[in-house]
Amino acid sequence: MACLNFDDLQVVGFTLATAGLSTLIILPFGIALAWLLARREWRAKSLVETIVALPLVMPPVATGLILLHLLGRHGSLGIFFQKVFGTEIVFTWRAVVAAMAVMSFPFLVRTARLAFEEINPRLEQVARTLGASPARVFMTITLPLAARGLVAGTVWAFARALGEFGATILVAGNIPGRTTTMSVAIYSDIQFGQEDHAYQLLAISAALAFAAILLSNQFSKWGGTR
Amino acid sequence: MKLSVKRLLLRQGSFELKIDLEATGQVIGIFGPSGAGKTSLIEIVAGLRLPSSGQVAVDDLVLTNRETGFSLPPEHRGVGYIPQDLALFPHLSVRKNLVYGQKQHAPGSSINLAHVAEVLEIETLLDQAITELSGGQKQRVAFARAILSSPRLLLMDEPLASLDHDLKLKIIPYLQRIRDEFKIPMLYVSHSPEEVVSLCDQVVVLREGSCLSIRSPYDIFEASSSMTLKPGIFSA
Repeated sequence: MACLNFDDLQVVGFTLATAGLSTLIILPFGIALAWLLARREWRAKSLVETIVALPLVMPPVATGLILLHLLGRHGSLGIFFQKVFGTEIVFTWRAVVAAMAVMSFPFLVRTARLAFEEINPRLEQVARTLGASPARVFMTITLPLAARGLVAGTVWAFARALGEFGATILVAGNIPGRTTTMSVAIYSDIQFGQEDHAYQLLAISAALAFAAILLSNQFSKWGGTR
Repeated sequence: MKLSVKRLLLRQGSFELKIDLEATGQVIGIFGPSGAGKTSLIEIVAGLRLPSSGQVAVDDLVLTNRETGFSLPPEHRGVGYIPQDLALFPHLSVRKNLVYGQKQHAPGSSINLAHVAEVLEIETLLDQAITELSGGQKQRVAFARAILSSPRLLLMDEPLASLDHDLKLKIIPYLQRIRDEFKIPMLYVSHSPEEVVSLCDQVVVLREGSCLSIRSPYDIFEASSSMTLKPGIFSA
């Protein structure tokens, strides 16, 4: 750690910030979609399930290529962001966040969906008959009972975002001080023969992932003994 | 209370519930063997299941009318539903379970937390966790929670089915107290003639998704004492 310089700390901070932001962005959408998948039957359900799971099985670089097309200057989303917000996405920190969000979204949805499915639907039904609106049932019954699973899913998604590489390198590149994350920096160090430096970043990356998983497990234990 | 079910049809896979009935009484029993459609009927009344066609009304209040596409949401029906598994909220204390659906009452109303807890003898349990309660205590907490929502109708779906005989005998007097003290009409689902005769004024007999007859609870009790129930025994 003593050998870490300002640039290294900047990379670590940037990675934590973008992973945190991407997790925050996907949280409401992931929870809403997980609930819809767990509790409702709708026409395009299978299709949406498949699309959401795609980043889990597709090569990350392939997902990155799709994102590059969508978010690029001539891509539909790229044009939208340019027109509405006047900003470009690709090869900026926004692209890092977008890549992390897409790659970690399935982790959140799958864990949250399981958490919702584990709740006895009878509890929600009885709450309705006691006069609670669907929104109150969700806030007072569903959400508290799914909390452990939702926190676990959030931590997993954050950990996945921390380690994201394939999609990020394609859609955001490796611009020091602007888009370089820990994974990209490790890759870059290996490319240029700076193995010692790569191992330092590897140690930090491993420590962060370890802490995230430990936190998730501790929360599960705490929730289980409430 | 008058329960009116007109040309009700519910299809669930190969099972079909087809009912046309009108029953009156403070406590109406829904009686029949497993698979008769008792729970499906009570879930339709609670608004938890939508029939394919037909109308369900309690007194003058139409709960569901599929012909007009109307269905009152469960939270607006004013029914206190007690399912077989009780569905107490495991993350809330007994007190929080009880007040979950509690309405504001006029001073002097008999439906208040202190009085209901006293009648059902759960005053000492209020600050306990649901997981700390025994089977009989859970039963009484579920009754109290439903009563405190001031329902126009209590729906009890075999609430004693999971209890052993001795515990059933202890809980039945509490149900009688609920009937006599709070005067809330009840739909009481059971396949036990003893429970039906202890609580109900009139009994709807269901079998294989159809209403066989509407009888006095004593008819049910006598028939079950003299012989095993067979199709046709309760036919109109």
